[in-house]
Amino acid sequence: MANEYILEMKDITKVYPNGVIANKDVDLSLKYNEIHAILGENGAGKSTLMKILFGSEQATEGKIYLQGEEVVFNDSLHAIQNGIGMVHQHFMLDPELTVTENIILGMEPKKGLSLDYKKARQLVADAAKKYNFNVRPGQKVSDLSVGQKQKVEILKALTRGAKILILDEPTAVLTPQETEELFIQLKQLRDDGHTIVFISHKLNEVKEICTRGTVLRSGVGMGSYDLSNVTIEELSRLMVGRDVVREVEKTKAEPQEVALKVNHLTVLDDELNVAVNDVSFNVRKGQIIGVAGVEGNGQRELIDSITGLDETYEGTIYLNGTELMRKNGTKQRRDLSMKHIPEDRNTLGVMPDASITENLIALNYDKDSFNKGMLMDSSVIQNFSDSLIDKYQVKTDSSDTAVRMLSGGNVQKVVAAREMEGEVELLVADQPTRGIDIGAASFIHDQLIGMRKDGAAIILVSADINEVLAVSDSIVVFYEGEITAYFDDASTCDEEILGRYMLGLEQMSKEEMMEVNH
Amino acid sequence: MKQTTVEKTNVRDRIRKIEGRFEVLRTILAIAISLIIILALVFFVSDEPLNVVYNLFVGPLTSVRRFGSVIEIMIPLMFTGLAIAITFSANRFNLISESSFHFGAITAAYIGIFSPFSAPLTILLILLSSILIGGLLGYVPALLEEKFNASVLVNSLMLNYVISHFANYILNNVIRDRSSSAIQSLPLPEGVNLGELVSRTRIHWGLIIALVIVFLAYIVIDKTRWGYSLKAVGRNEKFARYAGINVGMVTILAQVVGSSIAGLGGAVEMLGIYDHYLWTSSPGYGFDGVIIAALARNKPKYIPLAAFFLAYIRAGADVMNRSTDVPAEIVSVIQAIIIVLIASQAFLSKWKQKQIIKVSQEADMKGAA
Repeated sequence: MANEYILEMKDITKVYPNGVIANKDVDLSLKYNEIHAILGENGAGKSTLMKILFGSEQATEGKIYLQGEEVVFNDSLHAIQNGIGMVHQHFMLDPELTVTENIILGMEPKKGLSLDYKKARQLVADAAKKYNFNVRPGQKVSDLSVGQKQKVEILKALTRGAKILILDEPTAVLTPQETEELFIQLKQLRDDGHTIVFISHKLNEVKEICTRGTVLRSGVGMGSYDLSNVTIEELSRLMVGRDVVREVEKTKAEPQEVALKVNHLTVLDDELNVAVNDVSFNVRKGQIIGVAGVEGNGQRELIDSITGLDETYEGTIYLNGTELMRKNGTKQRRDLSMKHIPEDRNTLGVMPDASITENLIALNYDKDSFNKGMLMDSSVIQNFSDSLIDKYQVKTDSSDTAVRMLSGGNVQKVVAAREMEGEVELLVADQPTRGIDIGAASFIHDQLIGMRKDGAAIILVSADINEVLAVSDSIVVFYEGEITAYFDDASTCDEEILGRYMLGLEQMSKEEMMEVNH
Repeated sequence: MKQTTVEKTNVRDRIRKIEGRFEVLRTILAIAISLIIILALVFFVSDEPLNVVYNLFVGPLTSVRRFGSVIEIMIPLMFTGLAIAITFSANRFNLISESSFHFGAITAAYIGIFSPFSAPLTILLILLSSILIGGLLGYVPALLEEKFNASVLVNSLMLNYVISHFANYILNNVIRDRSSSAIQSLPLPEGVNLGELVSRTRIHWGLIIALVIVFLAYIVIDKTRWGYSLKAVGRNEKFARYAGINVGMVTILAQVVGSSIAGLGGAVEMLGIYDHYLWTSSPGYGFDGVIIAALARNKPKYIPLAAFFLAYIRAGADVMNRSTDVPAEIVSVIQAIIIVLIASQAFLSKWKQKQIIKVSQEADMKGAA
């Protein structure tokens, strides 16, 4: 049966073990040689749909047709054999192995019993040349930049014969320059006869590179569109069901005295490499400092040291004049009203099996106002929890619901509510809006700016450059564990400039950055 | 809009109920399966299977004295079950309670024999000392793990041997009754015991002490800030540390408190049941505590029920042992099967999944209509 679609998914329904319906009667049709966007807020069911297509989750109901024939993928191996490849948001590469070893893993060319390394290398080199990917087969993956790792992932899928390539938020970790390069390559792949599924939040990018798109909202398909016929505003309305204002409104910052003082901070990572190299900077009360940088340039270690999760750092850190301790440092920091929205919300930010209420009171449960004598005051706690759920628009039926039953975005709202409420001297906001819908993200941005107005010092780390640019008052750029640029006024900076510093193409001199220690 | 919210609430409620029911069902089914296997075994090996079954399951109910022995066996199980449940709540697999119970008993004997005070004062001194010594014993393996990262499971198990032999040393060299041919201590003085609670049985005031301690533990764990931090550490240790909870202190305290309850249990057992100290090896109540804690899902409020169940089976086995041709050791088979089935996460999980999908889809269909 010949038809214009290479792949069709029909009436896909997926119910997760916790009862969440992630997809409900979703249809998706992919044409030959197109770049097809999957659009939707987080929690809309995009990832679930793609996992079903890639065989790593099974649909509860619904059918998949590949070139007109019904197929059932019991696991991803099965999907790969049928020409479907996926590049995950978090790369599935072994950093200790070379590019070649990573790519041929599981399909090694053999010479007798042993691996034919020469042939493998040739295979990878040929593939890289064929698709015009600039990667060196012999290089160790840990030495590659994020953009290059992504290329290795794409090559891995292509060498396994992928005709349909799924890219899960491929631009989230890339600099603007790297994104541009990726787009050129994707267009080439399309012209060579591949079909590409492109998952993204960023509507501008989608408009630029995709021909058609399918919109999901709360697990339900909102239809497929020819993207040349719809505007960005129409798309975002389909995604969230309302018009969104994409500007962050903020007044001019009025920085006061120094709140956080980081003095000659040096941190080693798990492999004892220098991750942060002799870094000093200050954050003042009433100031939002944005930390920009490609992931893996020392931001993680910087945050862990400031928040006390890492106990091995060298150098000193002061909050409002008090030197912060290394050992058991989180307690002291919490007592000094340091708040922290962690990047990894599920392992660090919440107790998944505990209720929303229990998660919300974690910083207050031992305060006198939450206790009546020896016992915790359940009515105070209930009121506190209800008011936060209301204020932060956590979508739930009851404050007793276990946090693991919530969607990713709502979990993030629980974390944000807990960390932004009450007295805040310093807030370390690490990817505070990752994975939440546009409406909630702008609410969090407003909160950040409101807190700054009330005199809180704020450090904002985000992989989304636009967020850093829009929300921050000042920006520091991290490259290879050092501050390579400082912009006292964030509005003098733009994506292009920031990108060049993030990639290490440029670096400010010590004199230019004097003000970082203002 | 209002309608759908109500609808959704119902679904979540029903899912929560399924999850709750699932836990109960799993426990009941685990018990049922083990009992069925016991029945099969009995019919296979015994010449009088009906008599065996009758004695095992109905035996404890046939006289006041027999039912009394169920309660009597239940008392130490409540103490060690609670001790282990508190320790495990903090995700620390400290099994020193085995020794704490043993050593609590010998502490009771030692103080009881040599105390210069009046009987009531001596009893008070014994109870307090056993708590203190139990706590101290719990502190050692906890500290070894905290300071040197030595697995608490391994080092508490090893320490159990050391302490067991030390107890024997005390029995043989300090408190032994040289005039008796049996290995036993000097007798406890008149009045140094907890006294009979129900006449014609050996049920003693230790039952009340155990129930009070269980109730206190329930209040502390479910209603106080200390309980909150304990549960936070048990649920997600990384989160607890991130939120500023002193994880080291909470875990050590949980182990010390758990172990001290086991120590108290040992002293209560000694004062409630015995005139002489006569254990030449540890009676194993600490390990029984693991079974109780597993049955009760580490929740204090279920500890009495779990202890009652195990005590009932053991009392039944005892009756069976004396009146039929099947030995009491068959109880170990029941315990083993229950532990395996309760510990396995996958048992019945398919059933749970199916139920949840059904409820979600039904509700969804209603919402669409």
